[in-house]
Amino acid sequence: MTQKPIIQIENLTKIYGVGDIQVKALENVTMTVHEGEFVAIMGPSGSGKSTLMNILGCLDRPSEGKYRLAGEDVSEMDKIQLAIIRNQKIGFIFQSYNLLPRTTALENVMLPMVYNRGNDIPDDEQRQRALKALEQVGLAERVNHQPQELSGGQCQRVAIARALVNKPVLILADEPTGNLDTKSSVEIMSILTKLHEEGKTIVMVTHENDIASYSQRIIRFRDGQIDTDKPNGHKPMLQMKKEVDHELS
Amino acid sequence: MNSRKVIRIAWEGLNRNKLRSLLTMLGVIIGVAAVIIMVAVSAGTEATIAEQIQGLGTNLVFIQESFTRMTPGQRQTGNGLTFEDADAIKENIPGISGVVVEQNASETVKYGGQSIDDVSVLGTTIDFPEVRDMTIAEGRYFTQTELDRKSKVAVLGATLAEELFGSNTAIGQVITVGSVKLTVIGVMEEKGSTGGVDYNSNVFTPITVVFAKFNRDPFARMMGNRVRMIYVAVENEEDIEDTIYQIELLLAKRHEVTLDTLDFTVTTQDDIIETQESTTAAFRNLLGWVAGVSLLVGGIGIMNIMLVSVTERTREIGIRQSIGATPSDIRRQFLTEALLLSLVGGLIGVISGIAGAKIFGAVGDMRTVVSISSVIIAFSSAAAVGIFFGYFPANKAAQLDPIEALRHE
Ligand SMILES: Nc1ncnc2c1ncn2[C@@H]1O[C@H](COP(=O)(O)OP(=O)(O)O)[C@@H](O)[C@H]1O
Ligand SMILES: [Mg+2]
Repeated sequence: MTQKPIIQIENLTKIYGVGDIQVKALENVTMTVHEGEFVAIMGPSGSGKSTLMNILGCLDRPSEGKYRLAGEDVSEMDKIQLAIIRNQKIGFIFQSYNLLPRTTALENVMLPMVYNRGNDIPDDEQRQRALKALEQVGLAERVNHQPQELSGGQCQRVAIARALVNKPVLILADEPTGNLDTKSSVEIMSILTKLHEEGKTIVMVTHENDIASYSQRIIRFRDGQIDTDKPNGHKPMLQMKKEVDHELS
Repeated sequence: MNSRKVIRIAWEGLNRNKLRSLLTMLGVIIGVAAVIIMVAVSAGTEATIAEQIQGLGTNLVFIQESFTRMTPGQRQTGNGLTFEDADAIKENIPGISGVVVEQNASETVKYGGQSIDDVSVLGTTIDFPEVRDMTIAEGRYFTQTELDRKSKVAVLGATLAEELFGSNTAIGQVITVGSVKLTVIGVMEEKGSTGGVDYNSNVFTPITVVFAKFNRDPFARMMGNRVRMIYVAVENEEDIEDTIYQIELLLAKRHEVTLDTLDFTVTTQDDIIETQESTTAAFRNLLGWVAGVSLLVGGIGIMNIMLVSVTERTREIGIRQSIGATPSDIRRQFLTEALLLSLVGGLIGVISGIAGAKIFGAVGDMRTVVSISSVIIAFSSAAAVGIFFGYFPANKAAQLDPIEALRHE
């Protein structure tokens, strides 16, 4: 079973600041994530998780090292090329949702298609695709609501729909449940699990073991370096519950 | 991203903060309206002046004494411009339809128990009604014989006749002007006060009567038959230049001067209109600058608010960048917002400028003429101002770092 690599990073280093006040947020990180994997990244606060996600998400560039995304070297790209990669290849889910205020869920989800380069998608098709993505996250009833009228969990589901709409090769989520209560967290994780089952490649940062347990592989960071990189031994609680239900019936 | 989408996004951006958008546009609205109104006022003034000059009659040539060759202390030699000069022109120059000289006096007019002070007594010649496009409503104007004989006759302006005689006939009545009794032989038809002078309250008499009876002022007496100005009406417009030359030759000979040392000047209506226009043009330029400065201030207002807007919406910019907006997408969005602000502001400015000019024209006794070119110039300057002052904030927005922008609260 040889899946093609989506993320290939080699000796990735990120240094913030200059001179004496330099901070090495990442140091010589090398790792590979294959298509269809669901990876959780864990580690104490300040260990470089977000820094790594920003580089993986092409929002930032490494100080040193190589980053190949789906076979394409993105570590030397300029601002414009990176914007296009973000638009076409990556769906980013933030802890704080980052939806446009006073803009409906539907319009928020349509936004990545507005910035499609070269292939202008007709308005009608944009709408259909956005509606479908919102349906996938169970928000078909809330398409015309604005973020301030939605709960945190619902906002995060809108953000997931937005991350999906341009059919990215990689979904990145930096503490997607960090602002949510347990019930909403479970909802979000069941959506990510479903996406994983559909074959999507997902990299997620979390510091909660319960949330990490949904993944297949857990990478632990410490001081900007990979501490451990192991397959996940546990089954997620949600799935266990399903199996219990199954056994009971 | 196509331009329709850019405009939509920019429009939505402005719509989300309507009050601020409106306040931002205010500077441009005022600037554009000011340009249109100020140009309309000066164009109106120009048109009025041109009309007044045209209202004097058609194909007129004005001959005035000139004192330019005199040095201080030196007395005017020769006789200056005289009533006889007018006669000479009329007799010797072909292609002339009328020659008029005027001499004013101000007198008290009495009739019956009534007495009106400071009535303008205008001594003229027989061609006056024709040259000045005035018509006689009742009776007749005086004749050459009456002029030569200094007959004590008077023609009254419409208003004056009404005041003195009401509905009774004025013809044949004797009025006292100063200390002289004049017989009324005609009444003028009412004429709109073109020329800035209201001829409706005048008494018109032969100029010879004014010379003989009303110039009690010693200086005026000493001046004899001197007149301030001679009006000559030329039959054909094409002949004006030629006629002027002939008049200059004739009067130079009579005054014993050469063409280089003329003691009088001959001007046409066009010359006067031109002179007037050059003064009003200076005035208009000044107004234009004032209005232009207010447009500039409007542009700075746009830049100011756009900069605030970029700072306030840093997070929005970060979000857009994170899902794939390129620097040029962001730049275009904010540039389009600035352009929309200035275009909508410009449009409102054009509408309020035209409305304002019309209201000024209707309410004040100012006349206003809205010129299409001022509308076009004002509107396109507003657009230019929008692009110029929008560029800096838009560029600032485009250059933001996505992560920094997302972290912004
Ligand atoms: N923009 C920045 N400038 C300077 N230092 C930074 C910046 N961003 C992160 N850091 C530092 O880099 C290290 C890693 O941060 P981060 O990746 O946010 O950690 P985590 O997400 O694991 O909590 C921390 O020491 C943090 O203070
Ligand atoms: Mg973090």
